Amino acid sequence: MQLSTNIWVWLGVFFTLSVLSFLYKDNPFYKLAEHVTVGVSIGYAIVLWWNLTVYPRFIIPVFENGHFILIIPAILGLMMVLRIVPKWSWLSRYAICFTVGGGAGMGIPRSMQASVLRQLEATMLPLSLNSATGINNIVIFIGVLTVLIYFFFSKEHKGVFGGAAKIGIWFLMVGFGATFGYTVMARLSLFIGRVLFILQDFLGLNLAG
Amino acid sequence: MAELKQEKTFWEKLVQIDRRFIYLIIALAMTLPFFFQMGLPIPATKEVKDIYDLIETFKPNDVVILSADFDPSVSPELLPMFDAMFRHCLKAGVKVIAMSLYIQGPGLIEPVINQAAKDYNKVNGIDYAFLGWQYGYNLVVINMMENLKQTFPVDYYGERTEDLPILGNVNNYADYDLITSMNGSSTYMTWLLYAHEPYNVPMACGVTAVSAADVYPYIQSGQFIGMLGGLKGAAEYETLISEKRMATMGMEAQNWAHIFIILFIIIGNIGFFIIGRKK
Repeated sequence: MQLSTNIWVWLGVFFTLSVLSFLYKDNPFYKLAEHVTVGVSIGYAIVLWWNLTVYPRFIIPVFENGHFILIIPAILGLMMVLRIVPKWSWLSRYAICFTVGGGAGMGIPRSMQASVLRQLEATMLPLSLNSATGINNIVIFIGVLTVLIYFFFSKEHKGVFGGAAKIGIWFLMVGFGATFGYTVMARLSLFIGRVLFILQDFLGLNLAG
Repeated sequence: MAELKQEKTFWEKLVQIDRRFIYLIIALAMTLPFFFQMGLPIPATKEVKDIYDLIETFKPNDVVILSADFDPSVSPELLPMFDAMFRHCLKAGVKVIAMSLYIQGPGLIEPVINQAAKDYNKVNGIDYAFLGWQYGYNLVVINMMENLKQTFPVDYYGERTEDLPILGNVNNYADYDLITSMNGSSTYMTWLLYAHEPYNVPMACGVTAVSAADVYPYIQSGQFIGMLGGLKGAAEYETLISEKRMATMGMEAQNWAHIFIILFIIIGNIGFFIIGRKK
């Protein structure tokens, strides 16, 4: 064991324990860690934004290479920031128009293709009882159909239709169960990350192998 | 008149136990396994192996883009994935380009990249490129499909990408052989919509365990080649590249925590039924 001499590691441990102390109860250490996280994240983001975007993609092209066309999007960007000035905040709407229009125009057809048409295509499978793949395909087909029936509310869930909707609920429950299991796993992984940091980086324990 | 206090039964006491005891037990269950490793096997699942197998088929000039689209809140799950895949790419000798759509991503992966480069004796700009971050999420993806060097005029260290030898013949989507996004949200959809669908660039993803269940439909439809789901996915990849690193160490703790959580769920439900029946 070799305790770290790096001040940043000590700070990391302090903030890790401060955040975890919330599990006992809310306290000033937790609040301090929360506020520092927000402040540091924003400061870090501003520096990277300047170094990797504004300087190489605006300052140099405009002032060194004479690409003055870039001033137009820069003005739109400034108009967006004017939201914080009540008198001029209406100007931000023009910039938002471009963002919303462009975003929707680019996103809607692609989403339709990727998340609806391709997914529909993936349910049109050869059904068979003679192979594991064929049986899997049957499960997928029944699952998609019954879940869609469950979400069809224009007809009362009675009789055969109601039975199919009930099967749909079972498929949904299996899906929720899998998601819950994965969620537990994810939360534990985050804690594992912190434990590893304390044991390896702070206490200097050799855990490899 | 003094009120008669009814004694609580064992199950009533157990069901109403202070949750902080449960936190303590879970914390111990997840810390002690680091000292007493049992070496439980971590076999690779098909979703993980498919990605590994594809990279194994690549030739030296093939290009793999690894996008670390995450921030510190999910790095314990996603950083080991990036580490394992980056190492595999270096080992396989393919051109690997590291980047991020999240502003905090580059700072997280830089030490991992440097350590892997040191271990494999590889050089930045020649064996791999570290492009850092660019503002714009989907705009970055759309632009880099058309022109990589215009999208990233400089790399993370401020070097002009035009001057990097590794990017000599790497210009647009036609040159990308695999894109893998590691993300803690649904950023994989950005890549799917703007890289895979219009240009048919092969794609895989690494996601937090929370998101893993949402990705399976895209694997089944063939849109993603494979997926690394949570710490387990990273540990499986480490098994495949025969390097026991961060994820493999963590899985032992995770297994024990799962055992305790299952026990708690069983005990809680037994208590709930016993108390419910008495009432």
